[in-house]
Amino acid sequence: MTNKQVVDARNSFCPGPLMELIAAIKLAEVGDEIELLSTDQGSATDIPEWIHKVGHEMVSTVSDSGVWHVVVRKAK
Amino acid sequence: MSSPKVSILVVSGSLERLQMAAMVASVGAVSGSEVQMLLSMNSLQYFVRANTQEPAPEGSFGRTMAGKKIPPFKQLLQHAVELGDAKIHPCSMALDVTGIKPEDLESFLARPLGLTKFLADAASGQLLTF
Repeated sequence: MTNKQVVDARNSFCPGPLMELIAAIKLAEVGDEIELLSTDQGSATDIPEWIHKVGHEMVSTVSDSGVWHVVVRKAK
Repeated sequence: MSSPKVSILVVSGSLERLQMAAMVASVGAVSGSEVQMLLSMNSLQYFVRANTQEPAPEGSFGRTMAGKKIPPFKQLLQHAVELGDAKIHPCSMALDVTGIKPEDLESFLARPLGLTKFLADAASGQLLTF
């Protein structure tokens, strides 16, 4: 069974949201989903790049009222 | 996910340069790069555990950083070590000149390193100076 957790990194600046996401991924099981909340515009473009580079799965990225919701699935 | 080695030489004690060096180290380390950093000259004092003095900003950006939720440079470097493949070394020359002992430094720092070894290791990748 896969789990989903939310990491709230709103109001943190680069590279804070990325570091919070990575810390959560490290503790998660393969297949788990993590939804990162971020208000940092730079992180919204950087984090998908990091996910692609290290080989996790990008599930979705949506902006809602100034908050980016980036959902990633741990792939390895 | 292998990336070129990144070697970072930090000699400045300004807030902006320490912050940028830490950002490069942490993002590089968690993105698959082997990162080595050498702390020398004016930077080393901020890694002495008993030193509570914060580095001074050198310009308007550094002053703007105050009060924002920006990850502190030492926390970023600790993440680089714990979450990625980074080694943060105090410069052996700077230790000799200042009299600072390795055991007085932050615990996430690696062993002291000399410039010759640092440059030899840096030859296979990128070298950045702050």
